[in-house]
Amino acid sequence: MDPFLLHWRGIGWGVGIVSGDPTLERIARGNGLALCAAGSWTARFAQDLERIVADAEKLAGSRPNIFIDVSQVSKLDTFGAWLIERLRRSLTQGGVEAKIAGLSANYSTLVDEVRRVKAAPPPDAVRVTITGMLDQVGRSVAGVGATLVGLIDMLGAVLAAGGRVLIRPRGFRLTSTVHHLEQVCWRAVPIVVLITFLIGCIIAQQGIFHFRQFGADIFVVDMLGVLVLREIGVLLVAIMVAGRSGSAYTAELGSMKMREEIDALRTMGFDPIEVLILPRMLALVIALPILAFLGAMAALYGGGLVAWLYGGVEPEAFLLRLRDAISINHFTVGLIKAPVMAAVIGIVACVEGLAVQGSAESLGQHTTSSVVKGIFFVIVMDGVFAIFFASIGM
Amino acid sequence: MAPQPSDNIIRVRDITVQFGKNRILDGLNLDVKRGEILGFVGPSGAGKSVLTRTIIGLVPKVAGSIEVFGVDLDAADAKARRGVERRWGVLFQQGALFSSLTVRQNIQFPVREYLKLSQRLMDEITAAKLVMVGLKPEVADRFPSELSGGMIKRVALARALALDPELVFLDEPTSGLDPIGAGDFDELVRTLQRTLGLTVFMVTHDLDSLYTACDRIAVLGNGKIIAAGSVADMQASQHPWLRQYFHGKRARAVMG
Repeated sequence: MDPFLLHWRGIGWGVGIVSGDPTLERIARGNGLALCAAGSWTARFAQDLERIVADAEKLAGSRPNIFIDVSQVSKLDTFGAWLIERLRRSLTQGGVEAKIAGLSANYSTLVDEVRRVKAAPPPDAVRVTITGMLDQVGRSVAGVGATLVGLIDMLGAVLAAGGRVLIRPRGFRLTSTVHHLEQVCWRAVPIVVLITFLIGCIIAQQGIFHFRQFGADIFVVDMLGVLVLREIGVLLVAIMVAGRSGSAYTAELGSMKMREEIDALRTMGFDPIEVLILPRMLALVIALPILAFLGAMAALYGGGLVAWLYGGVEPEAFLLRLRDAISINHFTVGLIKAPVMAAVIGIVACVEGLAVQGSAESLGQHTTSSVVKGIFFVIVMDGVFAIFFASIGM
Repeated sequence: MAPQPSDNIIRVRDITVQFGKNRILDGLNLDVKRGEILGFVGPSGAGKSVLTRTIIGLVPKVAGSIEVFGVDLDAADAKARRGVERRWGVLFQQGALFSSLTVRQNIQFPVREYLKLSQRLMDEITAAKLVMVGLKPEVADRFPSELSGGMIKRVALARALALDPELVFLDEPTSGLDPIGAGDFDELVRTLQRTLGLTVFMVTHDLDSLYTACDRIAVLGNGKIIAAGSVADMQASQHPWLRQYFHGKRARAVMG
């Protein structure tokens, strides 16, 4: 028997060998060496095959003439064919090409196919360096400026489109506006009313709990009235609208952008701002004051209910106190803020929607940043309004 | 019923699919034989894609049975199902590439899931698949949004072939390709079928594909298979739709 005969199997040594397990036998022939592949060289066994091939690759240069015999291979697919090709390439040294023998006609096309594969270039590794990180920070700071410019740009475009519609009212999309109004206003009523009602309850309960220590239970009505009408009502509703409708706008416009629908509009001579964005903006600007009003009423109702049931403040006493505590100013301040906040939410949502690139990931990122930026700008606007109203004494 | 070692890779019996009151497939029977390329034609809206999606399991059926590789897909447990899914590849009409992954990651996705391979081997196999579908290896690091329509189809085919399946479903593989590209694609399918011993289930509208690539043609109409056989059988058929399809202006142009 040939002393050089070595034999090892892919898997399941010792245990009964399943027919089809791939093997690679080394058989010495004269001064050469034949590597006899057998079994199924397929994806299923790729892990073992890779090991077998890696072992056999060490033989490179050990004999002047090495060739691979594949006549016993029962099944071959791309994985097996490539590994045989990889082995052939490693064994090819010093200008002596390792040959593949015993190829059946079926498999020779496959082997020819993988022979055309060039060694794959490794993907570029992303290196993290300090300059790289600083570069990133710098870019995001510069990005803030670009965001602001983008928002102002969109504000201008929307106002210009609004102006065009005023001059030529036929360009106004009433149906679309009403549709969006239903989406962002009518359908939002239940959740907005529910949440503001609960917040009203919580404010009243906390107020009574703490004011009771000074025997000042009744002042909870002042706190509730001012807080709800001036701040909480509109701010809370704006945040909910940013989360609910701002995200929807971004996702709608973003997926339209991804599927080239916006480009299609443009080529048909429509202005996407006029067709898509103006109705949405208008719907939001109309919806938010309505929702803020309903929200404020629900919160007052909830607060009043808790004051009555938990604090023992009779409804008549509550209403009397409310009439003294708040003026129409508080109410006006709240409602003046609402459309401005709606415009901010809408513009942020539309800018983000149009910035979506081709991938689902990008859509997700822009929807997230639409909500985050929307809420951020709503709170900033609220602060600006607080300063403004304080200085004009409202 | 015990799985039979028959030559039918897909065995569809009395399948009925309906959406609401709209019956799309009505007691349909179909066999696909091992190693053949079956071209599946029919008027637009006849339910070709619905049948494909029903076999793959994306659309629920009202009645009937489907056997793939001798496994009854309704009776199969999750593990057996996964075993079957591992052996087929699907090319969707729009490619359905994962838009947030690069071409390389798209092709490696099923490989990573089912096989434990070294990154080196996966990269090499990716390069091999790209060569096989006629793309340059440089494409590997691009995102789907940076590819042309034809390239998307090719990458999607490479992904469908990633695990060297025995059966591939192609849903209108040549639609939206230029005639040369479509011809290359047919040639590619033919080559792959020869080299990998694939069975191909191809929904198509492309007469060229039918003539050059397909071994057998099945025609869908009124929720049933109205005819199945070779191109010659189809041309000889007296069915009015088939006559129009295979003897119309476009068919004559293809036949020369």
